[in-house]
Amino acid sequence: MAVTVKIPTQLRSATGGESVASVEGATVSEVLDGLFVQFGELRERIADEDGGLRRFVNVYLSGEDIRFLDGVATRVPDGAELTILPAVAGG
Amino acid sequence: MAAENLRCKECGTEYPLEALYVCERCFGPLEVTYDYGFADDLATLRRRIQGGSQDVWRYADFLPLAGGPPGPSNHLASRAGLPAGWTPLINADRLAERLGLREVWVKNDAANPTHSFKDRVVAVASARARELGFGALACASTGNLGNAVAAQAAALGLPSYVFIPSDLEEQKILGTGIYGTNLVAVRGNYDEVNRLCTELSAEHDDWAFVNINMRPYYSEGSKTLAYEIVEQLGWELPDRCIVPVASGSLFTKVHRGFAEWIELGLVEGRQPVMNAAQASGCAPVANAFAAGQDFCQPVRPNTIAKSLAIGNPADGPYVLELARRTGGGVDAVSDDQIRAGIGLLAETTGIFTETAGGVSVAVLSELARRGDIDPDERVVLVITGDGLKTLDAVRGSFDSYEIDPTLEDFEAAVGVAAI
Repeated sequence: MAVTVKIPTQLRSATGGESVASVEGATVSEVLDGLFVQFGELRERIADEDGGLRRFVNVYLSGEDIRFLDGVATRVPDGAELTILPAVAGG
Repeated sequence: MAAENLRCKECGTEYPLEALYVCERCFGPLEVTYDYGFADDLATLRRRIQGGSQDVWRYADFLPLAGGPPGPSNHLASRAGLPAGWTPLINADRLAERLGLREVWVKNDAANPTHSFKDRVVAVASARARELGFGALACASTGNLGNAVAAQAAALGLPSYVFIPSDLEEQKILGTGIYGTNLVAVRGNYDEVNRLCTELSAEHDDWAFVNINMRPYYSEGSKTLAYEIVEQLGWELPDRCIVPVASGSLFTKVHRGFAEWIELGLVEGRQPVMNAAQASGCAPVANAFAAGQDFCQPVRPNTIAKSLAIGNPADGPYVLELARRTGGGVDAVSDDQIRAGIGLLAETTGIFTETAGGVSVAVLSELARRGDIDPDERVVLVITGDGLKTLDAVRGSFDSYEIDPTLEDFEAAVGVAAI
């Protein structure tokens, strides 16, 4: 199952400038792992030592913050869009 | 003192003083660092501050502009902008008496050009934006920021784009649109507006989104609240400060303002205890504080305090850390307590605040009631905005008389015997 992942500008130096990636996976966690296989440098940038997400990283599934769903265990339907964004904006 | 660079608050990576807000290595927030070396002694520095203009630019030594305070120049769109800051600090003795406290001061930031503290942060962000060559201002706003950005852009002759949740108070919508901005009401809550704007800021990198790509500069403007409090107290510190929290930026920067001046020796004493104030209907930071966590689980806001309705607060972890480190706390109050707080402040000080101010007053009342405040403490309550912006909150909260224009009817209805 392919999922579209939108990469924020701040991470594009780790994706060779790509703003979008197509990744296989049934959960957010699997999709992120797939993304890290494609772009190895991304892991240390947005994942913490325990394999979770760093605290200033927001991930949205079709516009919804995954923390309102099941976090990284959230199931991802085929063709869905996952967006990674910095959390430090606003206020 | 001169701004040196941007530094990641998480991993310490340094960046040049450009329109950057996120660390590329770890996604942490970037903060301006300064060279604290001054050629002048402290007395000279104090005199220079006291002799400065009566607005935020009297603290230009502590703000991240390369060229000093903005002023008139030969450029067509170049004006100094709206004069933000230097708002009254009022000794609220009757409020203190009602709460059984000795000394309460109200920092009334409703007395800014667009009637909220946001004029401070926008003054700094827009000045820096012009130094960096941006041609438009933009923001994601819960209302007050939209007022401030639209007005500042009008003053500077710049186009602006203001994004708000579509269910904002009418007063805040009218008080933004009137300035001729591009006002975009988004069908969603603030956190959704903020997500959209975070994406948009990457697409429109010629716009200065004051609270996104300009956020490190913008947030520094809030330090001026702390500087003014110290100066207005006669170069002394309060023992405790109560600050409302939406994203947490104001709270962390008021703390930083005190910390900088203590470190420099401009003021002597210990860091004030910092109490954060939230509404129960949007209390991600208060929830985390109560649970002993160092991160905030986002919430979906449902409160009359719409200016504080950020369910996913960017600086939440830092608010938790500073509240704990200073011996303060993070409390949340109900909508009824907020309405009562607005009334209490109005009746005892003559200051009509918006719902966010009601949150601060209600938290002060709660701390006093619990006995958390030593009766000898000097407390400063930060009032961030004007009550005329949130009129629905007070509708029906008092009775009035309606009479025929006769003496008899007045006496009959009001019942005050002639003396």
